[in-house]
Amino acid sequence: MTKLNLTKLGLAAVLALGAAAPALANEGGMPPANTKVGNIPAVQRGARLYFNYCIGCHSLKYMMYSRMADDLGLSEDQVRANLSVPGAKIGDYVRSTMPAEGAQAWFGKAPPDLSLEARAKGPDWIYNYLKSFYIDPARPVGWNNTVFPGASMPNVLWELQGVQHAEFAAAKPGEDARVEKLVLAQPGRQSAQEFDETARDITTFLQYVGEPAALQREKLGVWVVLYLAFFTLIAYALKKEFWKDVH
Amino acid sequence: MANVIARAVAGVQDWVNYRAPGMMPAYRKHLSEYWAPKNFNLWYYFGSLALLVLVNQIVTGIFLTMQFKPSAAEAFASVEYIMRDVEWGWLVRYMHSTGASLFFIVVYLHMFRGLMYGSYQKPRELVWLLGMLIYLVLMAEAFMGYVLPWGQMSFWGAKVIISLFGAIPVVGDTLVEWIMGDYLPSDATLNRFFALHVVALPLVLLLLVVLHLFALHEVGSNNPDGVEIKKNKDASGKPLDGIAFHPYYTVKDLFGASFFMLIAAFIIFFEPTVGGLFLEPDNFLPADRLVTPAHIKPVWYYTPYYAMLRVVPSKLGGVCVMFGAIALLFFVPWLDKSKVKSVRYRGWLTKIMLALLAVCFVWLGKIGAGPGTDPVETQIGRVLTFLYFAFFITMPVWSKLDKTKPVPERVTMHD
Repeated sequence: MTKLNLTKLGLAAVLALGAAAPALANEGGMPPANTKVGNIPAVQRGARLYFNYCIGCHSLKYMMYSRMADDLGLSEDQVRANLSVPGAKIGDYVRSTMPAEGAQAWFGKAPPDLSLEARAKGPDWIYNYLKSFYIDPARPVGWNNTVFPGASMPNVLWELQGVQHAEFAAAKPGEDARVEKLVLAQPGRQSAQEFDETARDITTFLQYVGEPAALQREKLGVWVVLYLAFFTLIAYALKKEFWKDVH
Repeated sequence: MANVIARAVAGVQDWVNYRAPGMMPAYRKHLSEYWAPKNFNLWYYFGSLALLVLVNQIVTGIFLTMQFKPSAAEAFASVEYIMRDVEWGWLVRYMHSTGASLFFIVVYLHMFRGLMYGSYQKPRELVWLLGMLIYLVLMAEAFMGYVLPWGQMSFWGAKVIISLFGAIPVVGDTLVEWIMGDYLPSDATLNRFFALHVVALPLVLLLLVVLHLFALHEVGSNNPDGVEIKKNKDASGKPLDGIAFHPYYTVKDLFGASFFMLIAAFIIFFEPTVGGLFLEPDNFLPADRLVTPAHIKPVWYYTPYYAMLRVVPSKLGGVCVMFGAIALLFFVPWLDKSKVKSVRYRGWLTKIMLALLAVCFVWLGKIGAGPGTDPVETQIGRVLTFLYFAFFITMPVWSKLDKTKPVPERVTMHD
């Protein structure tokens, strides 16, 4: 009786600790990105979008072109033609085309490397950030963002998404007006759903770049877990056999 | 053929025995004739599991050392190099980072087991003290290891924790500079923490683990009934309730180890960050002394103490409370005045106090992991800190007051 209670108590403590984990992880309360890094076509589409719209400013300095080719099932030529910057070799890490000195002067702060953006901020953050730009003449680049207010980055995807305006809630005295919602003032080439897909694909790509090993990890993990489950059974049978003579 | 092999093995054995006559007696003393009580339950897996994790940390650590660059300029990139470009580097790194957290889970359960069954009581005080030293060194070891990837949380965590020594009157500031070798955590800090993390502290840890086991094997293991099995021996001097550690507990621990590895594999392969608990998101940003993260917090296994530090209004007071909370654990063998070891034969008071301690520790851990901005939570934290201390300080009273049941002569149930 006592033994059972205390064993349960200890287990409850462990479970409580485990239950705290997701609560800590999901602090932002943003709509989920629903990305799946194992979805290779999405990673490929995201890569293509990244090299069209993002690479001008944001490097992926820990990502090697050859690794990307292997993981995405692309040939060297395909990578060179579609997912590369001029002069890059297949064994290079992904650098942006922007000169570092210029970046500092143009944006006030050099655009950050995005190799680990998905790990530091999480996929939900990236997905929502990409969707939350709006026109703000008060900002130096003319754009602002509700997920990251005061971002120095313009909405490079505006021709796909269109241009959003912010609608402000009535300001409380002594406070700045708060953005209530974003409305599409000028439609882009994509519908709202299509643009969600675009944002999701870029997010999936960055999630892959954040941890390329995730692809191998989960594939291999299934076998490791199965093996260990089998081994645990054997070990249990072995223990039973040895303990037969303990009375 | 079998005969030839048997003869060869016997030959080697004789050769070694002639030159090291103490080896077989040592093998018998610590394994084949170490009589362990036959009634160990679930709680008794965690000792051997801690040893398993220690071995894992050392082996994976050695491989990480081969690629890691202990300099402020290169450390962060070298970890990413391990994660991406080193063959199996990601697996080794995740085994090491997951192992660190699992180490603490296992050690906390192992310690709680000791509290439940009175495993620190006479004659096992030395075992408990050595165990507490292991825990202390382990915390230093894990802290320094966490600094090495040189991410934002490495840097700012190091800054906050080292600056705690600044609260010491007179010598505080000098001490902080001396520890860091600079005015801020820097290349010098990282480099010396690397030396301590991979050489100095593992050596101390291994030595203490050996002493912990030696001390245990002198007095023998306690058990869930808190019965001294050495009181009832057969004619040959073997305790009636004892069974040979090898093979009985080696096969049982093999089962425990494989089940534990199954859980570890789930984490390593499917959720290595455990939602930001084992690997924190901010530590995927390189250390930047100009950008302070929104919430600086240590990894989960320190958060109960970190919560205590934060809820105390004065810095020096907080530091004293935090270190006091750990120091108190050393005195448990002398604070417990009960004549009965195991909670099984103690009254409801002991049970409630133990449950209270567990609740305080876990809840404080949750508070310490949060932003610490909620005033209600701070008040709760103060109450929990008070209760944590009350558990130990009033232990001589409640352990004596509590009713006990008669302890049986022999161990009761076993599997």
